[in-house]
Amino acid sequence: MVEMKDLSTGTYVPDWCPGCGNFLILNALKKAVVQLKLNPKDVVVVSGIGCSSKLPQWINVFGYHGVHGRGLPVGTGIKLANKKLHVIVIGGDGDVFGEGMNHFIHALRKNINITLLVHDNQIYGLTKGQTSPTSMTGDRSTSSPRGNAFDPINPIALAVAQKTPYIARTFAGDLKHMTNIFADAISFKGFSFVNIFQSCVTWNKHNTNQWFKERVYDLQAEGYKADNIEKAFKKALEGYEKIPIGVFYKEERPLFEDEHPILKKTPLVKQKLEIDIKRFMEELV
Amino acid sequence: MKMDVNRLSWLIAGEAGYGIMTAGQNFAKAMVLGGLNIFTHVEYPSLIRGGHNAFAVRVEEDEVRCPIQMYNLIVALNKETIDRHKNFLTHGGGIIFDPDKITLNDGEVRADVRIYKVPTTQIIKETTDAIPVMNNSVTLGASMAVLNYDFELLAESIKGTYSKKKKANNMIDINIEVAKKGYDYIKNNYPNDFNVKLEKRTKKKKMMIIGNQAIALGAIKAGCKFLSAYPMTPATSVMNYFVSKEEEAGVVMKQADDEIAAINMALGASYAGVRAMTSTSGGGLALMAETASLVGMSEIPLVIVNVQRPGPATGLPTRTGQADLKFVMNIGHGDFPRIVITPGDVQECFYETFNAFNLADKYQLPVFVVSDKCLAVSIRSIPEFDTKYMKIDRGCLLTDEEANNLYDYKRFLITDSGVSPRAIPGQNAIFRSSSDEHNEHGEIHEEQDNRVSMEDKRFRKLDTALKDIPLPKLYGPENADMTIVGWGSTKGVVLEAMEYLKKDGITANFLHFTYMFPFHADWVSEFLSKCKMVVDVEGNKTAQLAGVIREFTGFKIEKKVLKYNGRTFFPSEVYDDLKRAYHG
Repeated sequence: MVEMKDLSTGTYVPDWCPGCGNFLILNALKKAVVQLKLNPKDVVVVSGIGCSSKLPQWINVFGYHGVHGRGLPVGTGIKLANKKLHVIVIGGDGDVFGEGMNHFIHALRKNINITLLVHDNQIYGLTKGQTSPTSMTGDRSTSSPRGNAFDPINPIALAVAQKTPYIARTFAGDLKHMTNIFADAISFKGFSFVNIFQSCVTWNKHNTNQWFKERVYDLQAEGYKADNIEKAFKKALEGYEKIPIGVFYKEERPLFEDEHPILKKTPLVKQKLEIDIKRFMEELV
Repeated sequence: MKMDVNRLSWLIAGEAGYGIMTAGQNFAKAMVLGGLNIFTHVEYPSLIRGGHNAFAVRVEEDEVRCPIQMYNLIVALNKETIDRHKNFLTHGGGIIFDPDKITLNDGEVRADVRIYKVPTTQIIKETTDAIPVMNNSVTLGASMAVLNYDFELLAESIKGTYSKKKKANNMIDINIEVAKKGYDYIKNNYPNDFNVKLEKRTKKKKMMIIGNQAIALGAIKAGCKFLSAYPMTPATSVMNYFVSKEEEAGVVMKQADDEIAAINMALGASYAGVRAMTSTSGGGLALMAETASLVGMSEIPLVIVNVQRPGPATGLPTRTGQADLKFVMNIGHGDFPRIVITPGDVQECFYETFNAFNLADKYQLPVFVVSDKCLAVSIRSIPEFDTKYMKIDRGCLLTDEEANNLYDYKRFLITDSGVSPRAIPGQNAIFRSSSDEHNEHGEIHEEQDNRVSMEDKRFRKLDTALKDIPLPKLYGPENADMTIVGWGSTKGVVLEAMEYLKKDGITANFLHFTYMFPFHADWVSEFLSKCKMVVDVEGNKTAQLAGVIREFTGFKIEKKVLKYNGRTFFPSEVYDDLKRAYHG
């Protein structure tokens, strides 16, 4: 049975800034893996580039750290190659909603059983404090000295627009909520998207931990049921005065890999390599 | 009058949207069914309807290696065809056309040209249920009659084509009926004295296959289970063929969001242990550049196919060229090892793609297979591939049992060969992989000594691989008056031009770089230094191969035959240019 210590990378420890929400996210992810009793050898955490994308380095499961914005297609390839693996894609708001936006939108409409966790701190951290796709309007940054001229992307609303099978938001300041949402999303049979609001202690002086704490409220605690896409849309459009966290929408649907004539059988990686191509050659005669 | 038997160059051309491609394929198939050999050559602009489409079929008794520029018989579906191609008619050649559609004025074509007027529109009108697009079937029948070929072979060919199209059962009968009417029209109205005749041979039937199918088939044979790609001319038929075999071959084709997603999905599948590939053309490959570098850094086996078309930018989307060589050899930021294969014909597309997967697995790096439009879409008749000795080699990929017995597994273990034992997710060998510089465990590591060790380790794979990479292939005698160097699809055309040179008493040999990189610098340097004269033949403006040779050997090639008008080389042009180079 997997325990927290099994997921530790020993003396190889994270290099995030002290107080970074990433520590809690990493902790919650480990707790979720333990809670779900997943075998670490069957878990792959995939990421792009950014502070958050370093996460796969510090959890003792299979980890693939790729290039900026491309975690989702790598994760998709891994899942299609071996559907028995639990594939968790990690990225930040810049990685997923900036560089990787095309893959994000397409992932929302493909029901492939992977989980996407976005560390959304509304700022570029690793490149030292530039405006991100989710930075709030008017917020100043090293790249927007006069303040962000544009409205932020609303990833939850985009996901609702695509009727994504599992849509949730959590907050890095609430370890318990985060752990439960991660576990729920990973065990959900279908594509699951979790946006995680977190503070960036170094670069984002506006959306601090305290700022979030004053605003977040738990959808499920209010009795919200995640079974209606129109209600989900309404919740997705709620602004920054009160920030709903929890599951916005959840609907199990047939998986791409269960419907595909080849993928629904044995995982691709276990299928026989040697193929007699005689009949294909004869067809060409 | 000189009469040629089983030596023909035939063309059908007209406005796009009139079934010219199908007609050309039906003609080619009729030839192959009669035991003859073909090589087809297609020219079309980048649009769906309108524009000038041309489908040429070269027919020979023996195997055909390339198209030729001249035609014996032209089927003109519009006037433009005659205007464009009449100067490429051989002496005594013929034109078949419908007098209701085309009027030829006196003196518009040379006096030696034979004119065959076939009232195709009228024949279609008089045949119940026939539709205008069947015009070309009438002209196919007429072609059979002019060439004195067995009509039944055309009928069989048409049957084969339309039986694949489910909805069109009575299409077969009507097409054959109108074709027969075209055939009879010629037999009844024209003398049987055309200067080319076709005779059926009882040779073993051949496959009709294009380069892109051969690449896809080579991949399937190699156990490639996953192809992700984004459509792009002229690479698209690789994914089309692959997906058409999904269920029978047990493979998966995933159309990706874009080329960046395509290569990243393939990378993911390969990381998870499945043999995977992506295919694209130059512009798409440009988008893949960053990930190509990642593939090199994270030491993942991946086959990347680039079916070249002429750039820059959108360039000539449906035409041919060989201007991506240096791009492929240098693609991606930073230094990382790669293998570059440049097959010269349909057979090499098959065998070398198969081998590309073995090399990728053995050396855990990106392997590029570089083809071009000419190779990609030209149908060639060849015997079935010999698969008897083809063996899949997955290199240092660990079995589940081996993985179970590991202690302190290092995915990026520093070894003499540069290759490290490779585990996959799901095995008892958890490791992390980072696009950052990393240590043997795959952990991010920026210390300078580690950096040097890891760069050296990755590049040692190239030294190891070089022993496994075939030398450039030498065709012709060891010693010759002239040595030609080339790569990719120029192979067939150069070999034929060499035969013409031989008749002039000029002996030539040909060094074909089927495997381009890692480069056999010592061998090539020594070989070229002994040559009397070296001429570079390739399809680009800047003589990229000559540049590569100079980069690795210091050998400077002065004489070059370069073509970059977007069209394929013809042997007669190459012959003329080589002769000029020889005397000049």
